[in-house]
Amino acid sequence: MPRKADVVIVGSGWAGSIMAHQLHRAGLSVVVLERGPMRKTAIDGAYPYSIDELRANVRKRLFENLAPQTVTIRNTPHQQALPYRQLGAFLPGTGLGGGGLHWAGCMFRAMPDDLRLRSAIIERYGRKFIPKDMNLQDYGVTYDELEPFFNQAEYVFGASGEAWTVRGKRAGNGDPFAPDRSKPFPLPPLREVYSAALFRKGAAACGYHPYVIPAANASRPYTNSYGCQLGPCNFCGYCSGYDCFLYSKASPNICIWPALWGKKNFTLRTDAHVLKVDLARSPAGQGLKEAKAVEWYDGETGTHQRTEAGMVILAGFQLSNVHLMLLSGIGQPYDPVRNTGVVGRNFVYQTITSSRVWLRPDQHTNQFIGAGGGGVAIDDFNCTNFDHGPLGFIGGSPIWVNQSGLKPIEAMTGAGGHGQPRWGSDFKHQALETYRHSIGMDAHGSNMAYRDVWLDLDPTWKNDWGQPLMRMTFTWHDNDIRMNRFVTSHIPRIAEAMGAVRVEVGSLKPGEPFDVTQYKTTHLAGGAVMGTDPRTSALNRYLQCWDVPNVFVVGSNAFPQGMGYNPTGLVAALAYWSAHHIVTDYLKNPRPLCGRGVSS
Amino acid sequence: MAADGQSMPNSLAPVKAAPYVPRYFIPAELALVEAMAERIFPENADGPGAKQLGVGPFIDGQLFSPWGFAARWYMKGPFVSGPPQLGYQLPWTPRQLYRLACGALDRHCLAQEGVVFARLPPERQDAVITLLEAGALMLDGVPGKVFFELVRGNTLEGAFADPLYGGNRHMAGWKMCGFPGARADFMLWVNQNGAPYPFGPVAIPPYQHVHGLHEGTMVIDMPVLTSDLEEYDADNPGNTP
Repeated sequence: MPRKADVVIVGSGWAGSIMAHQLHRAGLSVVVLERGPMRKTAIDGAYPYSIDELRANVRKRLFENLAPQTVTIRNTPHQQALPYRQLGAFLPGTGLGGGGLHWAGCMFRAMPDDLRLRSAIIERYGRKFIPKDMNLQDYGVTYDELEPFFNQAEYVFGASGEAWTVRGKRAGNGDPFAPDRSKPFPLPPLREVYSAALFRKGAAACGYHPYVIPAANASRPYTNSYGCQLGPCNFCGYCSGYDCFLYSKASPNICIWPALWGKKNFTLRTDAHVLKVDLARSPAGQGLKEAKAVEWYDGETGTHQRTEAGMVILAGFQLSNVHLMLLSGIGQPYDPVRNTGVVGRNFVYQTITSSRVWLRPDQHTNQFIGAGGGGVAIDDFNCTNFDHGPLGFIGGSPIWVNQSGLKPIEAMTGAGGHGQPRWGSDFKHQALETYRHSIGMDAHGSNMAYRDVWLDLDPTWKNDWGQPLMRMTFTWHDNDIRMNRFVTSHIPRIAEAMGAVRVEVGSLKPGEPFDVTQYKTTHLAGGAVMGTDPRTSALNRYLQCWDVPNVFVVGSNAFPQGMGYNPTGLVAALAYWSAHHIVTDYLKNPRPLCGRGVSS
Repeated sequence: MAADGQSMPNSLAPVKAAPYVPRYFIPAELALVEAMAERIFPENADGPGAKQLGVGPFIDGQLFSPWGFAARWYMKGPFVSGPPQLGYQLPWTPRQLYRLACGALDRHCLAQEGVVFARLPPERQDAVITLLEAGALMLDGVPGKVFFELVRGNTLEGAFADPLYGGNRHMAGWKMCGFPGARADFMLWVNQNGAPYPFGPVAIPPYQHVHGLHEGTMVIDMPVLTSDLEEYDADNPGNTP
């Protein structure tokens, strides 16, 4: 284990693996520290022991162990936040590959207006359209700037999908709302399961524009430019929460890390929990600081370690990145009362509600069949694709049937409710029939940033190392509840066109508080966002800390608001974008890559 | 081939087993849990209920897994109660929850009805479960609702988890719902226009055991599996896998 490295990277998921590969290739010595265990697909992911629902999604084999550290959560600033003692609403990953090992594989680009939502809303509806205390912001990077990096990510992941246009020319039957692409998807789209094909029919009959969800589940054998190989997905249905035994779902473990094993000047340590980044005053002055080293706990030997670093990349889960910044004093913590500071500001999530559509008893939906990113979606109610003027809210949701493989424990545990029994003979009968003959449909939508939603350090609870836990103040806000209710109000009509015999629409209720006990999505974002104004963003548009220029923070923490799409495609593109500017610019002349005078 | 897996009679033939001897539960607790599980997921025209599926032995076995000891929950104090949407805030592990709640529930039934829960007629059991679900009972500090959700969740796990863990006996839970278990290959079945999947389920083979579903003990008899399935070391709780 080297005592120092040119760059120390915290976290081994998509962000960490992409940064490690790009910076090592540029000639830097790289140390990667991962808090969780080593996970090799050939061993831990092997058939059949990996496809055990009890062990995986129920007992949460691949997810974060909360015993040493968790977050505290409250809905409003006047409540006492309480520890998130059991995994529920969100499931951070841990171990090699992080969330990139257990994700499902939906791999979207961002919409151009997702990246400049504040500007787009003001252009169309004026400044007054933005509610008071909504921190609506632009990313400071445009779709055109990111386009080559979306490509780069898709060709490393082996994404399957269908374009609408490539270089301005109609190329296929993809999403007509999607922005132009410079290259087609590397692989053709996945086939559509019965449920998704019915949704396509129903949505088209209603006049919407169904398209196949872009998926990092290989539709064909694929070898990426690093020589890493993927096999074709067989729709086994063990995707989200599992470590794909078929090598079909892209993960850092199979798409990137194998290209670095055994390389000189590359060290990866698992069971290495980073506690703090050590800072010193920067010789450049101007109030800047400089990261000198990373302090970490070595779980293998039970000792405290310190690794000196020329650069530090925080590439853990969104919550971990923000927590480490707060613990290390990187950036000014956000104060919602004075509305100052940036670390912890613009913490966002996503709205997601699931609806259920029942078909006739002779129609078997075989819900256990599926690919994680497979399915059909519509974008007619996403982003700025519809007129928000008369509706008076900001944001939107795709609607989709993303049947990624529903296993019986999850199906039966979730059955009943909504006025139906949750136990007993009738429950049993209905749960079994529902499993055989129904389809799940989601509205997976945006979540805006608000002044009274943020992350800071908890005054009471500590982690195993005596450090304060991070505290989350979060609940649903009226804007997002109204958005969700508007979008889901279209579901009954689609369901009817699909031939439904019954439909149960899931939607957020007015005034409903955030409930940590029910799974929603692990798509947490923000808290250390990118932007062009150091008063409202912790990072500049290259994901470099304004205050500590040799620290870059890579992940969904950089999103100023939660978008309608799943975050991984954008996280990967931003990682390649940041790495590109580090390699081609920063390394030649280490300095703040943006002047602080640049203002919005 | 039949859709429900009847094509494999030999491997699915019931084996006459000796009565299950619980390892964690005392017999009265096992009787309560099995009775409650059977009301939650009863035998009916759809197929066997929790008792026949082996849910009791399943839960007893799970209480020796890391989960039984809350090994991966954040269990540092102080423990402060809060609104339900902020989640579980009690200081107890699943083992402790079962111990406290079973004893208190039987005492409640004895006081109110003159017999323990397991000896109540089914409709009286249902009335008690309804009270638990509604949060109307407190069981030695354990809210009835917490205990109800614990037993409901574990019952459905025991009915539908791989038979490896002692429940879902003869894969009968999977056959009832048409789930093919560990087949995990639908290359030719991505979309068959709503036809039922034609093959019955397969289970994960128990390592080194041909007929070896010794309920509840499988968890510790499987050296091939990674540490999160090995028996939790109660004497050294710091050695959390």
